[in-house]
Amino acid sequence: MKPEDRIKRREKIRNFSIIAHIDHGKSTLADRILEKTSALTQREMKDQILDAMDLERERGITIKLNAVQLKYKAEDGEEYIFHLIDTPGHVDFTYEVSRSLAACEGALLIVDAAQGIEAQTLANVYLALDNDLEIIPVINKIDLPSAEPERVKQEVEDVIGLPQEDCVLASAKNGIGIEGILEAVVDKVPPPSGDPSAPLKAMIFDSLYDPYRGVIVYIRIVEGTVKPGEKVRMMATGKEFEVQELGVFTPKPDIREELTVGDVGFMIASIKNVGDTRVGDTVTSAKNPTTEPLPGYRKLNPMVFCGLYPVDTNDYNDLREALEKLELNDASLQYEAETSQALGFGFRCGFLGLLHMEIIQERIEREFNIDLITTAPSVIYSVHLTDGDILTIDNPSKMPDQQKIEHVEEPYVKAQVMVPNDFVGAVMELCQKKRGDYIDMQYMDENRVTITYEIPLSEIVFDFFDTLKSTTKGYASFDYELIGYKESRLVKMDILLNAEQIDALSVIVHRDSAFQRGKAIVEKLKELIPRQQFEVPVQASIGQKIIARSTIKAMRKNVLAKCYGGDISRKRKLLEKQKEGKKRMKSVGSVEVPQEAFMSVLSMDEGNN
Amino acid sequence: MNTRAVYIHVPFCEQICHYCDFNKFYIKNQPIEEYLDLCEKEMANTIERFPTSEVTSIYVGGGTPTSLSTEHLSKLLRAIRTHFPIRDDYEWTVEVNPGSADNKKLEMMKEMGVNRLSIGVQTFDQELLKTIGRDHNPEDVSNTIKLARNNGFSNISLDLMFGLPNQTMDQFRETLERTMDMQIEHVSAYSLKIEAKTVFYQLMKKGKLSLPSEDLEADMYHVLREQLEKANLQQYEISNFAKRGFESKHNLTYWNNESYFGIGAGSHSYINGVRRANYGPLPKYMKAVQSLGFPYIEEHEVTFKEKMEEEMFMGLRKISGVSFKTFREKYGMEIEDTFKNIIPPLTEKGLLINDGTSIRLSNKGLFLGNEVFEKFLM
Repeated sequence: MKPEDRIKRREKIRNFSIIAHIDHGKSTLADRILEKTSALTQREMKDQILDAMDLERERGITIKLNAVQLKYKAEDGEEYIFHLIDTPGHVDFTYEVSRSLAACEGALLIVDAAQGIEAQTLANVYLALDNDLEIIPVINKIDLPSAEPERVKQEVEDVIGLPQEDCVLASAKNGIGIEGILEAVVDKVPPPSGDPSAPLKAMIFDSLYDPYRGVIVYIRIVEGTVKPGEKVRMMATGKEFEVQELGVFTPKPDIREELTVGDVGFMIASIKNVGDTRVGDTVTSAKNPTTEPLPGYRKLNPMVFCGLYPVDTNDYNDLREALEKLELNDASLQYEAETSQALGFGFRCGFLGLLHMEIIQERIEREFNIDLITTAPSVIYSVHLTDGDILTIDNPSKMPDQQKIEHVEEPYVKAQVMVPNDFVGAVMELCQKKRGDYIDMQYMDENRVTITYEIPLSEIVFDFFDTLKSTTKGYASFDYELIGYKESRLVKMDILLNAEQIDALSVIVHRDSAFQRGKAIVEKLKELIPRQQFEVPVQASIGQKIIARSTIKAMRKNVLAKCYGGDISRKRKLLEKQKEGKKRMKSVGSVEVPQEAFMSVLSMDEGNN
Repeated sequence: MNTRAVYIHVPFCEQICHYCDFNKFYIKNQPIEEYLDLCEKEMANTIERFPTSEVTSIYVGGGTPTSLSTEHLSKLLRAIRTHFPIRDDYEWTVEVNPGSADNKKLEMMKEMGVNRLSIGVQTFDQELLKTIGRDHNPEDVSNTIKLARNNGFSNISLDLMFGLPNQTMDQFRETLERTMDMQIEHVSAYSLKIEAKTVFYQLMKKGKLSLPSEDLEADMYHVLREQLEKANLQQYEISNFAKRGFESKHNLTYWNNESYFGIGAGSHSYINGVRRANYGPLPKYMKAVQSLGFPYIEEHEVTFKEKMEEEMFMGLRKISGVSFKTFREKYGMEIEDTFKNIIPPLTEKGLLINDGTSIRLSNKGLFLGNEVFEKFLM
């Protein structure tokens, strides 16, 4: 392409993403846009096409970002090139969202016509504003009986400051208002502004590991032009690669001779490790590099840690390979080898949040077919010793002796909960229970309140979100950010099975709730661990002191007393199944412990589970 | 090698019990005549293909064999007599449903040569009988036994069940008392196991089945053994008790890991080291016998390793266990060598007893048999 053609083409490009709260209809709208721009034939059209992975489909959350190039013939008779960039919709993935937004000039902000603005929507709006995006508010689901588009428009104006008249009314589900949205994209989203002839600056907003092609890097070209055969450099890591293939997704991969300013597409360059393609990093030319990387890159730090152990110790190497492969696809996943007395060899892994942790765990089990023991998640504690040393502890069992500890600090977050008036009491009660410090309460309108608390991260990562949802009948929305460390009266609680301390079950708790937690945990373990051939005492202790106890009774009867006639193979199958079932349990000391038991230390109190 | 045992399956019932997952069909409108003809054909073909010089035990089970009319049942029994070379001191059992065997039927069975009856009592509690879907009364049991005795049956077994929904210990003790009052020669007592495709399974899934706890079930098993022992019914297998000399030859065939013929829909056989399963559904069974002569849906040649495993997990069900000598004769190996990593930990845990001539379950092991058997799968 000639340089002037690139400039001309640039003017017709519109890059945008869709930001929305979970369930407000993002994926459905993406589907409609793909339909309207005929990116897919009817036959190819699958519901919620952008949510590619099974797991995502099941959970209804987008985990991996996607970018699609679409052709749109606008009312002005011109053909425009749209790049629709999908964003993940969970608080664990804020940084990914911010990077995919940085790849855009505009954003469609979807607001549910019945539910209005949610805390998370707001968080994403701020991210979009941070990236200087043109925001087009879309009031979705206007055909619901409970829709109040006028009220929500007012809310958009009051809360976000976007004029009411800018709002597009739509129902993605029923295809209402889709043209209006596409026209608004053409009119309002500015075309990209970079210089196609400048040194290459492309931002990585995602990457994906393909076993045949290596890493597929999703990039947005901000400045310059890139072609196959050129050498590129990753500015954060300094690694260099030769570009093999470039293209865009339509949404099928479509190979191109070059990617230039405004393009959003993929690059394949024999990259073997996703760690070399960090989200937010700048790709530049190795021969003619830019001096300044694009702003906004940061290395993500995991906030939640847990131990992952294979149930079958023979799977250790497979687990390592699984983590290596997942890491190729997920630069925010961290892991290092660790050993547990109870569980043997495994890995301590760091995640962005609890959801991220669950997803990784499920993927290892499903995609790699490894049965896992997951220990209860922990945050990073800062332990100040009497001799002045400071330790960072991400595994409760590593906590030093109480006598050596001067004090312990734990990470706190500022949690913002947006909730209808009626639930203020319930939310405050929950926050207090989770050791929160009240900061502020603000009315957004006569009915909606934002409550701000500072809460220990450890309390958030456990079951805060679920409890919040259930106590507010799903009306509350929630966002949090890390604010730093504060001193807390924390102690390590150990769990003993059959008088043997099980390191993988140790947990750090607040001194005031230790007794209650200990009781809840031993009861839960009693429930989860099947009867053994002998009686098993379950105890919770702090230091040498036992604070709670329960007993798993000895197995009394397990014998097939049934007449199967001559069907011996059935008897055999039954015994084989029993044997197989035990393989899925972990033999800890002399006790067979099922996987779920290792998460039981999350049991908060009786009646709450 | 001679195959000395025959099992014949009658897959018809007048009512379907809530716990039963055997191959059975509601008897109404079934092609009984044709089925019996094809069973006979299967017998003829089987004995031709796998000749045997003598048969020492025959077991006609179901389903409900006595749901057949006297004429039909007699036709089946005659066929058996015709095709299998029955030795003089044979054992021939027919399963009998209380109330569905009248004098005529019993008389005919006796004439045909049946010499053992297994009566499906399950419980003497009227309420529980209803719960498990059986339509007989406790009185039917004593009447049937009386009729049987009058017809000269001197070897009668009762089938009992425990661990039934809502069953209390008192109810079970009562059932045991009444059982012992019957002065019979043999008792089989099975604990309820909920199997898929049963009424109970459906109820359980809906949370509508209240089963006794593991502890209560264990206590019941304990009481069962204690009470029957008192009545001189010696335990000779996990679920079986008999007066001396009345141990079931047929069931011992299975536990001794010996071969047996299996005739009829859904039957299993073990002949010359091959285990076979017959088609269960009637149309399939009948069509296969008609066109191919044999109704096999599955054939598996048991490997040497599997044979040894089965020798153990079947053999250990017997109170006498597995003798070193038998094992040596059958497999040419020492039992202690073959399972040298398996037996010692189990004896240490007190689950197995090694008395130097045989391996058997301890008292504790009887309650936890599956924990032991599982270990013998190598």
